[in-house]
Amino acid sequence: MTGLQKLLALVSASAASLAIVLQPELATAGWMGVYAALCVGLVVTAFLSRRPFSPWMTTAIGAVSALGAIAIIGGLDLVTPQTGFWCLVVSAWATGWLFIDALSAIESRNRTYQMLLAVAIPVIFGVWLLILWEVNVRGFGVPQVLLPPPSAIGVRFAASIPTLWADFQQTFLKSVLIGYVLGCGSGFIVAILIDRSPFLQRGLLPIGNLVSALPIVGVAPIMVMWFGFDWQSKAAVVIIMTFFPMLVNTVAGLTASNAMQRDLMKTYAAGYWQTLFKLRLPEALPFIFNALKINSTLALIGAIVAEFFGTPIVGMGFRISTEVGRMNVDMVWAEIAVAALAGSLFYGAITLVERVLTFWHPSYRS
Amino acid sequence: MTSKPTHSDSMFSKVLPVLTVSLAIIAIWYVAAVFLNAPIQKDKYERAKLSDWTISQLVSDTLAQDRPILPAPHQVAVEIYNTTVLKNITSKRSLIYHAWITLSSTMLGFLIGTLLGIFLAVLIVHNKALEKSLMPWVISSQTIPILAVAPMIIVVLNAIGVQGLLPKAFISTYLSFFPVTVGMVKGLRSPEVIYLDLMRTFSANRWDVFWKLRCPSSTPYLFTSMKIAIAISLVGAIVGELPTGAVAGLGARLLSGSYYGQTIQIWSALIVAAVLAAILVALISLANKMVLKRMGMSH
Repeated sequence: MTGLQKLLALVSASAASLAIVLQPELATAGWMGVYAALCVGLVVTAFLSRRPFSPWMTTAIGAVSALGAIAIIGGLDLVTPQTGFWCLVVSAWATGWLFIDALSAIESRNRTYQMLLAVAIPVIFGVWLLILWEVNVRGFGVPQVLLPPPSAIGVRFAASIPTLWADFQQTFLKSVLIGYVLGCGSGFIVAILIDRSPFLQRGLLPIGNLVSALPIVGVAPIMVMWFGFDWQSKAAVVIIMTFFPMLVNTVAGLTASNAMQRDLMKTYAAGYWQTLFKLRLPEALPFIFNALKINSTLALIGAIVAEFFGTPIVGMGFRISTEVGRMNVDMVWAEIAVAALAGSLFYGAITLVERVLTFWHPSYRS
Repeated sequence: MTSKPTHSDSMFSKVLPVLTVSLAIIAIWYVAAVFLNAPIQKDKYERAKLSDWTISQLVSDTLAQDRPILPAPHQVAVEIYNTTVLKNITSKRSLIYHAWITLSSTMLGFLIGTLLGIFLAVLIVHNKALEKSLMPWVISSQTIPILAVAPMIIVVLNAIGVQGLLPKAFISTYLSFFPVTVGMVKGLRSPEVIYLDLMRTFSANRWDVFWKLRCPSSTPYLFTSMKIAIAISLVGAIVGELPTGAVAGLGARLLSGSYYGQTIQIWSALIVAAVLAAILVALISLANKMVLKRMGMSH
């Protein structure tokens, strides 16, 4: 066991015992007593074995931490949360962290096993964040208006899927995707066009860099004035926001090939277009994908913010601003969840395509 | 003597293209302003029963409208001059006053965000479990369009009595911690294995390795991240001002401009925001150069 693991184990066991001492009714309420007993037993066994965790031990820690999560969430309805209960929460959290620590210490040569771990560890971490959110919000009685518990958001999400889908269609499938494709596409094409003129490159690059640092979302009210309330104005904002990162990155990427490679192409008597398609564009791919990734989040932000300045009565930005006004915070959070989900999937899809197309890049080879 | 001409030469080869492109943009802007504003101007002539207008009259009138669709650059420049130099700084019509409001929450958010980012990076570099569990969430935290939910955060924080600077700064913090964390993780890991091994032969402990090797070698990464972070903090502060009902700040100027169709006001607020962003990034670049020079790391 490492120092951190020892500390976590000690915290976990002592907090569990302290919980039962401070609030004896916990011992018989729901799973909490069972959890406390198992937790203390587990830690004693771990200390007695004095070795790094075996796979069995890691599994046992995982099982106990899962039991702890169930116990504290179920316990919220059974007892009034007092110091003892919060000690139990600390204990369950420490066990959860111990589990994550034990999992990340596993070294495996097996590819699928590695992938599984790479997904499982962040997921468990995220689930623990949700559990702590739920327990703290409900335990401390935070008003629904300020921060609803995840369970309430989940219920709201499930109940209003048609509305969420309509908003998603309006904002994501129309404004974001169309604007993204047009913005990235035009940035790319302009980069190819100015590629032959070093003068234009030197002139546009610093300006492009400056514009990338500017608060472009600010043009949203102007675009709404020019193109009206429907998705066209939002797509226009997205185009402007995504154009410059794409331009700057593509121009930088096109210079990424080195002199040796270009000389080789010359010895093959390759023309400008052959060199472009067979050497310089593939070399530029990592840069282009970098821009595509940056733009994927920018596009979503641009479209939603643009909806604050005027919109038909559908769309994620519209829903967020009206439901805030009506104090339906759980609906706002459901909308945020949709946005986060869409953003993550969008980003993930681009990363996947990047992996397929730039498999030769050093960052993926090792 | 030999180095001087090449220096001015490189300056020349950089400045000339940028100047040309800037002039071209301004020229395009003027042409666009004439074309976009012409229909309304023609409409005006028709209503005034003026049929013998000339092209030159049309052009000069389109560039002098009160509420043009696209204001001409000189109109924006005049508006900026009127609202900065001619107005008292404490006046609510002074753009400097509004820019100061935005700047203060930008700086606060940037400061907290940078500290938080460095703190997270230090944790991630020193703990494998945190690297594997926290890092993916740091990255996916940015797929939440925080700017889009900024209004809700402001309203909610207002409801529990947190007002003024902090809510806006919170949004800037959320946006700016990310580039710092990612950059610093890279920077703190940048010392090569040889150096780490050398430190081990000195029997240096983690603390020494951190302060004497990892920290110095992460400095360039920190400054690069801070340049991104400060620009994005400004965006966060501006968007954070939108829902406060147009009280003060550049974002409020944008919102009130769009409510009342004051396009010149919108554009002047945008230009001031752009200048502010450029100044902030330039200041960090300057600090970067000075610090690296003191540390003997500049080329």
